[in-house]
Amino acid sequence: MNECRDLINTLAACLSTSGWDPGLAQFVQILLGVVLVTLAPLIIVIFLIWVERKFAARIQDRIGPNRVGPWGLLQTIADALKLITKEDITPAGADRVVFNLAPIVSVVSVILIWAVIPLSPIHIGVDLEIGALYFIAVGSIGTLAIMMAGWSSNNKYALLGAFRVVAQLVSYEIPFVFAILVPVMLAGSMGMQDIVDAQRGMWFAVLSPIAAAIFFLSAQAETGRAPFDLIEAESELVAGYNIEYSGMKFGLFFAGEFVHVLTNALLLVALFFGGWVGPFVDQLPILGFVYMFGKAALFYLFSLLLRNTLPRVRIDQMMNFNWKFLVPLSVINVAVVAFLLQVVRALGLAPASGMENDLIANLPQAAVLLAGNLVIIAVVLQLLRNAGRRDRSAEAVVVSKEDEMLPAQAAH
Amino acid sequence: MLELNAQTIGFFIFSALMVGGGLGVVTSRNLIHGALYLILSLFGGAGLFVLLSAPFLAAVQILVYIGAIAILIIFAVMLTRSMTRMGEVFNTQWWLSALVAIAVFALLVVGVIMPVFGGLDMSTVSAEVGTTMELGIALVDGNQFVLPFEVASLLLTAAMIGAIVIARDRD
Amino acid sequence: MVPLWMYLLVAAALFAIGTYGVLSRRNAVAILMSVELMLSAVNINLVAFWRYQSPLEMSGQAFAAFVFVVAAAEAAVGLAIIIAVYRSRRSVIVEDVNLLQG
Repeated sequence: MNECRDLINTLAACLSTSGWDPGLAQFVQILLGVVLVTLAPLIIVIFLIWVERKFAARIQDRIGPNRVGPWGLLQTIADALKLITKEDITPAGADRVVFNLAPIVSVVSVILIWAVIPLSPIHIGVDLEIGALYFIAVGSIGTLAIMMAGWSSNNKYALLGAFRVVAQLVSYEIPFVFAILVPVMLAGSMGMQDIVDAQRGMWFAVLSPIAAAIFFLSAQAETGRAPFDLIEAESELVAGYNIEYSGMKFGLFFAGEFVHVLTNALLLVALFFGGWVGPFVDQLPILGFVYMFGKAALFYLFSLLLRNTLPRVRIDQMMNFNWKFLVPLSVINVAVVAFLLQVVRALGLAPASGMENDLIANLPQAAVLLAGNLVIIAVVLQLLRNAGRRDRSAEAVVVSKEDEMLPAQAAH
Repeated sequence: MLELNAQTIGFFIFSALMVGGGLGVVTSRNLIHGALYLILSLFGGAGLFVLLSAPFLAAVQILVYIGAIAILIIFAVMLTRSMTRMGEVFNTQWWLSALVAIAVFALLVVGVIMPVFGGLDMSTVSAEVGTTMELGIALVDGNQFVLPFEVASLLLTAAMIGAIVIARDRD
Repeated sequence: MVPLWMYLLVAAALFAIGTYGVLSRRNAVAILMSVELMLSAVNINLVAFWRYQSPLEMSGQAFAAFVFVVAAAEAAVGLAIIIAVYRSRRSVIVEDVNLLQG
């Protein structure tokens, strides 16, 4: 019964050798895969909310939930039960169908991304030829859900909040897509397993750290996490587009946001930090899960750190940051990486065709690309320094003019 | 004639979504509902693209049409809501338009589709299909579509600048 | 696989529905949505023909990609014009925009 060893992948073959009808066995295998891929984020989010609350609490010099269960681990379940037992309110004048559909679409758009996350060398929901494009497309449906939520609440503030959210999400999709273009270029394919496979020799974060940083920042902004969290600034805008949502509908938005942050961390790891690549991962595929989630946990904690320490940016600062800094930087980065790739190939520094998985063979190419990135970073820092100097000297002129005015006014 | 496999079921589901969404768009009184029906119809279209082995176009349909154009339409609907919202949905010649639409459909089906393609058994398709990489190469290959590609990007830039200039607030 | 004429039938139906929408709706945004329906129907047609007749050449898919581009550009400019018209005439009913008539 050798086929039954790797049960998840070969369930159909295993079942059909035990006498099941092959079509039915295939259907059962696909169904099992879908159920697993859908349930995993929903179950992990229970743990994620606990991590978030404990981490935020410690940063704020308090303890966080510690009553329900050991170390407060069951607090999320208690909260979920509370939310489920709340009254199901639809505000008067709201559009019932759209109002109830919005949180569902929001959560679905995040869980659909899990279909293409490569969890180990042989486990992936479905290895689409266009994996990278698929998760960008599906993620953009979340914008629609927020629009639906904001409009159907029949509430001016919800609508205004929804407008700003959509502006932010649509704007930050552009550097997001350009940052994803870089690993697609380096791997030569949009399929997620191909991209992770191509990182066996050298992680793409070493070849293009700018792209990794832009992806991380845009992903922070796409999920509405601090410092870009004015879309649901809990302390200000009366919670923006989800004012009118209470009970489990709000719980769905809330859980969806956490799953989105974890999903972005997983994608960052898969695209830039090697995914499931690590020692002994081919012999023992279960290690792929460990590497993937371990690295993603680090980035998740980093994004939590950003959330709990940085202040919120204003909408105009956020738009300026995107359009005047991130978009030109990401375009220049793509152009420079493409150019350097061709230069490397022309100079013969690319790893020979059998040696792509060897670390040493990848070093010359990595050195050239990293040097290119460092040059871009140096130029950008210099430009920022000049701009800062100009702003400071302009302020100094204004301040000194005000100082000159006071004695003149006093002389009146 | 038609074997009942997953592809056929998928075709009927996505076609129903597409045509049903289309009917919803042209008959909806509430324009936001119309925009949502449009999104449903475009989803059906993306499903049909997947069945036709064009996954890149399906993803682009969702990303561009649903993620951008439909949201733009919803914005426009919200920004142009008139105070007197209860107007007629259709204009006074809707029966003539219905006649024209049915005539177009009948002409296409009876005049073109059924005679040319109805008789042949076109259900067997070649299993070899061009991949997304070939599409990418075709779009930048000097002998193929690089010129329309560049012109399309110019068109998009011009449209973007034009839209911003036209819709800008005068003060 | 489903026979080709079924895909063409769906595309023709959607095109006819779009035609009805363009000719009979009063609201300009609704007319634009119907035009998008028609463009989508054309795309289905193109890709169906590509798949069934010449799946190895890429002209069908490339053509469909350019239709996407044109549809996006047209939607953006069309909506900008509608917003500009609304700003000056306070109405998006196409029958009311008749300064050049008669």
